[in-house]
Parts: sequence; structure tokens; C-alpha cells
Amino acid sequence: MRPWAPSVKDRAMTTLSVALSILTSVIIVAITPMKGKLAYFTIFFIAWFVIDSIMIIRKSGSKGVRDALAAKITFIGGFVVILAVASILWSAISRGFKGINFAFLTQTMREASIFDAIGKGGIAHAIVGTLMLITIAIIISVPMGILTALYLTEIKGRAAGIIQFLVQAMAGVPSVVAGLFIYAAVVLYTPLRSSAFLGGLALTILMVPTVTRTAQEVLNLVPRDLREAGLAMGATQWKTVALVVVPAARSGLITATILGVARIAGETAPLLFTIGAFDSYNFNPVKGDNSAIPAIVWKGLLGGTPESIQRAWSAILVLLVIVLVMFVLARTLGSKAMKK
Amino acid sequence: MNVQSNSNDENGTVMSESQNTTPSSLSDVAANRAEKKVAGTAPLGTGLEARGVHAWFDKHHALEDVSLDFSAGTVTALIGPSGCGKSTFIRTLNRMHEFIPNTSMAGQVLLDGKDIYEPGIDVTKIRLQIGMVFQKPNPFPSMTIGENVLSGLKLAQLKVSNHEDLLEECLTRAGLWTEVKDRLGAHAGGLSGGQQQRLCIARALAVKPKVLLMDEPCSALDPGSTLRIEETISQLSKSMTIVIVTHNMQQAARVSDYTAFFLSDGGPGQMIEMGPTNEIFSRPRDQRTENYVTGRFG
Repeated sequence: MRPWAPSVKDRAMTTLSVALSILTSVIIVAITPMKGKLAYFTIFFIAWFVIDSIMIIRKSGSKGVRDALAAKITFIGGFVVILAVASILWSAISRGFKGINFAFLTQTMREASIFDAIGKGGIAHAIVGTLMLITIAIIISVPMGILTALYLTEIKGRAAGIIQFLVQAMAGVPSVVAGLFIYAAVVLYTPLRSSAFLGGLALTILMVPTVTRTAQEVLNLVPRDLREAGLAMGATQWKTVALVVVPAARSGLITATILGVARIAGETAPLLFTIGAFDSYNFNPVKGDNSAIPAIVWKGLLGGTPESIQRAWSAILVLLVIVLVMFVLARTLGSKAMKK
Repeated sequence: MNVQSNSNDENGTVMSESQNTTPSSLSDVAANRAEKKVAGTAPLGTGLEARGVHAWFDKHHALEDVSLDFSAGTVTALIGPSGCGKSTFIRTLNRMHEFIPNTSMAGQVLLDGKDIYEPGIDVTKIRLQIGMVFQKPNPFPSMTIGENVLSGLKLAQLKVSNHEDLLEECLTRAGLWTEVKDRLGAHAGGLSGGQQQRLCIARALAVKPKVLLMDEPCSALDPGSTLRIEETISQLSKSMTIVIVTHNMQQAARVSDYTAFFLSDGGPGQMIEMGPTNEIFSRPRDQRTENYVTGRFG
């Protein structure tokens, strides 16, 4: 038994107020000049609040009304966020799905042009490129980010304040600046030219602050007690951190990596000056132009033909799926490692 | 070994008995204990000695001029109201005090006659000899029960030839072996609070400390678990020096040979009086001690 569960009457009242609100919004939109989805939503929420308040005020007075208002505002907040995410996902899936086929995933654009019909040419080279970029960025930024976070949380040395400030400043660097920086610092002054490696470096600049700040937060959550327990057993600080603190924060550190990858996976701007443009496979990370899914999307939309735009949408969908698969993989690997 | 055997069946009865103990009979309990304990236990070094210890947090003077002797093989209880500096004091005994930023201290702490604050001393070796059990059970969450017990070996980088023997020995001494011997590979988080605390004791024992500091080890536990830990302390006291901070005066009476009373009159905490536990509870020299042990304040 759950005596606190809403009774049949309560549920009927809730349903009634929602139904009345929908009705009100439909009527108002029909008889006034207000039009569109936004009008429906706005009027619905206002009507819902008013009708619910009338029902509540008899039972709980103005306190209850204020409580209901706060609950509805938070609900609207969550609703708007979910709506935004869902509509992005929906447009990516509904528009991208049409262009997904075997050729799209296995061929390159070497022999196809933007005018070719869907079914000829694909983005396999860009998938390879993106995976290479993400791998390079992970290899560089995860150790860098976690070590920086360890310095900030565990050692708290003299430089901690300034490093903290720099990490925060770095998090605010516009992504195009990251690409320009690598271009200015590497391409102009060294023999290195556009390649996946340079793209990875540019992405690293964006990924390090995300990894660092998230890692810092999870390391701060590790109880002081555990560190003291390690130290009280005659461990050096390094041993305590390596054997106690980092393992205790492992799943959080995996999250930090995931968030870092999410931050960079869709970046186009840093790649503009750093990976060049190539329409076929390039498996050499340090030499030669490469491609990436976000770059394909950008080029596809610029291409302007219906086929080209279709390819761009399909590429977006592929990117979403890749990121999703990486999330799931990282999560399962992380929790498996915990169980062992 | 008999730690587990007697507690399993007597748990209920002993528990109720200990709960019925009124503060007025504290001295009896302590006297009982003094009789049970055979005088002149095996010498284990010369014990621990604090000389003129002061401690500060930033500019706040938390502890003033505490000198205490903990002779080898004894159990000493530190009692006193909250904020009197007991925990601060116990943390100066194995140099854990310095982990809190902006702290300072003065005085000497001698382990076997050697000052642990001497410049150039390897502080990790000190902590290896002076183990600590904390207020809240804090097993390492990422490790199994077995790994937790042996974690000290890895952490302090010690070599031990037979891990299994050490594992069994430590868990037995901590009174936990029979309960966990079949699930050494399980995660420590699945144990009850009392079991976790005994696991932490086993973990501290694995590096073979001469002294064990316990900072209110039972304050987060139920009476049954408290009793088990107290039995463990009695067992351990045969082979090591134990210092225990406690808020529970009955516990002090039950487990300790000596008791030191700490008090702060608004200023820094001071050690008011130290003596054999039954004397502290039956005929304290200081009026403030008497007020405290008879429950007039604190």
C-alpha cells in the first residue's frame, strides 16, 4: 500500500486541469490573432497554472499556489531543455536517415561529386579521420587534463592559483582561435603541414580544460578520509594518489574523458586550418591532409545541391551515433573495470 | 582467535549488560578491567611520549602544552568534551596534523625515545609504526575486502612473503576473519558499518605498527559493533600500544588502562589530569575531572 499515492480523485483533477488547459489554449489561439506553436505552449502553461491554482487554493491556500508555481517553472525549464535536445535529435535522425546506406558508410568522396545521387560516394574517409582526431586528442589531453587536475587537487602547489585561472581562461577560448593558434605556432614555424595530428593538437586545446575541470570536480569528491587513511599507513603522497584517490574517482574520470570527447567531436572551426581537405582515406596521422565528419558537414552544406545537403545531414547522424557508441563503450568499460 | 567465538553468542547479553551500566558504576567497570589485565605485559619498545605539545590552526591555539606518556602495551583513553583538542592531539602523534593547511605545532613526540618531528626523519616510516583508525569507517571503495587489508603493503611498498597468512592474521586480530573469510573478493562497501571499521583496523594492523591511534572509532557505530571493536582493542592491547579518543566514558572505563582528561575553558585545550583509569573514574584529583566523569557537564 502507498497511502501517499494520489487518489483516483486527485488524478482525475490533474487530468481535468491539463485537459482544461489544452482546451483553453486551443480556444484562445482559435479566436485571437496569436498563432503558432509558441502561442500554444505559452497559453497552455499560463492556463495550466491558473486552473491548477484555482484547484489548489481551496486545499492548501496561497502557500500551495506558490509551491505549484515553483514546480511548474522548474517543469518548464526541464521541458524546454528536453524539447531542444529532442528536436535536434529528431531533425538529425529524420533528415539524415534517408541518406544512410551501405555506400555512404563504406565509400569515400574520391570518385563522387556533390552532384552525384545518394548511393554513390560516402564519408568513410571522414569517419576514419574523425576517429583519428578523437584518438589523438584523447591521447594528449586525458593525461594532461588529469595530471593538471591532480596538481590542483592533490598537490595544491604555489602555481595552483594561476593554473586554475589559466584553465578557466582556456575553457573560454573560441574554437576557431584554437585552430588559428596551431596554424600560427606550428604550420608557420615548423615543417609540419596540415594533418590529423595538427587537428588533434587544435582539439586538445579545447579538450584539456573540459577534462581538467571535470576531473578536478570528481577528485574533490573523493573523501579526505581516504587520503588520510592511505597516508596514515606510511604511504607517500604519490602512492596514495595512485592507489587510492584515482581508483576511487575512476568512473568520474571516465566521465571527464567522455565530456571532453563530446566537447570536441563536433568541432569544425579548429580543423579548418589544421587538417586540410581530402576526399579519400589517409591513414597517416602525421602527414598529408585528412578529413573529418564535421568538415564534411560544413562542406556538404556549402555545396548547396540537394544531394550535398542530404549528405551533410546524414554525416551529422553518423557523428551522433559515433559519439553515442563511444559514451556507451566508455561507460560499460568503466563499470566493468570497477567490478573487477 | 576467541574474539569471534565469544562475541557471537554473548552479543545480546553483554550488550544489554553494558547498556545498563550507569555512570556511577564507571569506576567499578574500570577496576574490573584493571584486575583482568595481567600486569607487566611484554615490552614493545618504550612506547610513545608526548612532551609539551602545542598545536595551532592558523592563529587559533588549539592545544596547549600537553605532556603524556603512553607506555608500551597499554591502552590509554583520551576523554573530554567536544572541542577540547583530543582529536588534534592524537593527530599530532603520527604527524597527521600537518595535512591540514596552515597548521603548526610545537613540542616533541618521542617514539622509543626518538623525536618523530626531528628534521630529516622519514615521516612515512613514522606513520608505518604509528597506525591510525579514523572516526568514520573508510575502507578503500575501489578495493575488495582482501585488497583493503593488504593495501598497506602496496601503499607503503613493503615486501611480505606470505600474503594469505598475513591476511588471515590481521583479520583474525581485528575479529573479522570468520565473518568475511568466504568473501574476501567482495567489495568492502557491502560490509556493515561495524565490519567496515574492523576492516579498517585489520588494514592498519597489516603494516605491523607498534602503536595504534584510534580517533573515536566507535562514534559512528551501533552498540553491538562497538562491543566487538572493544573486544578487538582488548585483544590488541596485549601486543601493542593503543591510544583511543572517545566521547563515551563507559567505553573509556571498559577498554583503557589509563585515562587522560582534556578540557578547554574557551582557550586552548589542555590536559587536565591523567592516571590509571579506575582512579580517574573513582577518585579524580581535579574537581573539573570529577564534574565531567560524574556527568555534571560535557
